[in-house]
Parts: sequence; structure tokens; C-alpha cells
Amino acid sequence: MHELSICEAILRQVSAVAQTERAARVIRITLRIGPLAGVEPDLLRAAFPLVAAGTCCADVRLEIETAAVRVACRLCGAVSQALPNRLLCGACGSWRVALLEGDEMRIESVELPERIMEHV
Amino acid sequence: MCDICGCANATGHVHVAGAILHTESGKQVEVLQAMLRDNDHQAAHNRAHFDGAGVLVVNMMSSPGAGKTSLLEATIRALRGRMRIAVIEGDLETENDARRIRGTGAQAVQITTGNACHLDAGMVHAALHTLVLRELDILFIENVGNLVCPASFDLGQHKNVVLLSVTEGDDKPEKYPVMFRAADLLGITKTDLTEAVGDFQTLRALRHFRHLANPSPMLELSARNGDGMAAWLGWLAAERGRLRPAHAQHAHD
Repeated sequence: MHELSICEAILRQVSAVAQTERAARVIRITLRIGPLAGVEPDLLRAAFPLVAAGTCCADVRLEIETAAVRVACRLCGAVSQALPNRLLCGACGSWRVALLEGDEMRIESVELPERIMEHV
Repeated sequence: MCDICGCANATGHVHVAGAILHTESGKQVEVLQAMLRDNDHQAAHNRAHFDGAGVLVVNMMSSPGAGKTSLLEATIRALRGRMRIAVIEGDLETENDARRIRGTGAQAVQITTGNACHLDAGMVHAALHTLVLRELDILFIENVGNLVCPASFDLGQHKNVVLLSVTEGDDKPEKYPVMFRAADLLGITKTDLTEAVGDFQTLRALRHFRHLANPSPMLELSARNGDGMAAWLGWLAAERGRLRPAHAQHAHD
């Protein structure tokens, strides 16, 4: 269950952004997770509130975008969709493909309140 | 459609880190950071240490009981007097594996992770301070036995070796694509048991492995009877030789 470690990493990075923007809380975090990232979105959703309790992300809306797996064939040049455990060219069937998309594990954006905290 | 994120709504998109888009409920700040950015930074720092010292670092991953420690014991014994080897051992509990490695005469550092199912770059960095990297040729990191979590964490290693024992079944690469996609070498272990197991087909394992678009070599190994050990030692020597000479600045200098 390495999703807990990943939640901690997300929280650290998002908290830094919120601090830079002088926001007291975070409304929404948008993540992008490909099927080949090795991260289970449902586990992440379950674990995040535990990690974020009492922080600026306590009531955050976690949005997780998933990506398709797409490969480019090194032999015939075709670009096609593939299954995570069958990374084969959709046109010629070769396994000599490069992954174009599908292993993303990225924090895309955060939504913060418009009002800025007063300087103390 | 937006070319960068693929979403259907192309309006109001700015894909630049730090860019701010004002929304109805607040403002959206583009972050565009890898989720494991901090781990990746630490891993890059570790790699600079390793490169600076000219030591080949191999991250060994497999399920529990696939034979990582046995292979390392046999490797250290075979390379005695030729390569200076140390091992970082990752386990949830016990010093058992470190003790086995020390039994071969090599230095071993045990990391007990408690409940953590994987090693991360910070844990490896902490373990480095008990080793003199410049006095080593190869440093093995024996990761926590687990075919899922360790695949996501870069430790700063040069190469990933993933082991699959014949007792586990030849469809493991199909079941755990993230792990096997990360392999720079696939080792089929315990081949002395192939006959007793009966239904493990190496070529089927290789086919599942290739279906992950992984062109890396596969070796059949038995630490018990020595099968495949020459090829394995040859691979290690070649990878050790591929490292640039130790000239890079040490990361802390």
C-alpha cells in the first residue's frame, strides 16, 4: 500500500503551492494517473483524507484523471491504444513499441480560494 | 480537444506551471509536478554519489522468496577477490538477510522498514553513510519482497533486476506489468526446480515479458546448481565496465 507514501508526497507539494499563493486551504487537487503508473486511484482516494486531516487539504476535492495507454510502433510507425499488459502495436502486432502515454503520475493543478490571506 | 491533457474542453486551459486561471469558486493554479518529485530528486542525488564513486548499483526486486538473497550469496562467493561488493537489505523486520550476506564476508546494511512495503531514495541515502562507496565495485540493493510498490520508487540505481522463480508461475509479467516493465534484466530463478514444478514455461514468461515492450535480456538461473551464473556474472561485469570512470564531483563536495 505505497499509496500512503504517495499521498504524503502530494500533500507536501500541494501545501507548498498553497503557501506560495498564501491560501489557507485548498479546494481541489487534480491528479493525472495512467494505468501503468502503479498507483491505484481508489486506494489514493481512500488514503488521502487520512493523510490530509488537520492540514490545508483537509476538505479537498480530489479529482483523478486517468490516461489511456498509447504506444508508437518502432517498426511500422503506427500509433495505437494498448492494454497495460499487452503493449503491442495495434497495426502490426509488434512489441517493439515506445510508450507515448499511460505511465503518468502527475499533480496537474490545484484550486485555491480567490481571497488572499492578510499579511500578519 | 486540448492537445496537452486530452480533455474535451479546450477553452480556459493554460498548461504552464504556476499559471493561474480564475474560476467561479476560486483560482486554479497549474502545478504540473511529478507526484514523487521529492523522491526523484533524492534518487538523482544518490545517483550522483554512485557515479562519483564509480560503483555500479543494482536494485534487486521480486516477490518474497524468489531467491534474491540466495542469488546474492552465490554472486558474492563467485566474485570474491575480483569485485568488491556490498548489499543494502530492505525488509519489514529482522536482520536475517543481512546476516546471511555477512556470512559471505561482504558488508551488509539492513534497513528495516517497519510497515513500509518498499524502499525509497531517502532510506537508501541514510544507509549510504555506513558504506565507503569508493571502496566498492558493485552495490546491490535488495528491495522489499513485493511485485507492486517498489516499482514506483527510483532509488538512484543504475539497473533494475527483477527475479521470477519458477515456483511462482510464468504469467507474473502479465499480472504485474508495472514491475516487469521496469526490469533491465529478468532473472528466472530456481530453475533446478523446473521439472518438479512441471508447468512453468520459460518461453511463455518471456512472451509475457516482451508483451510489456521490454527488450531487456532474460537469464535462467539457479543459485543452487550454478546454472546461468556465468551469464549473470558476465552481465554484471559488462554493466560495471560501462560506468564512466570515477571522475565526477562528489555530490556533497
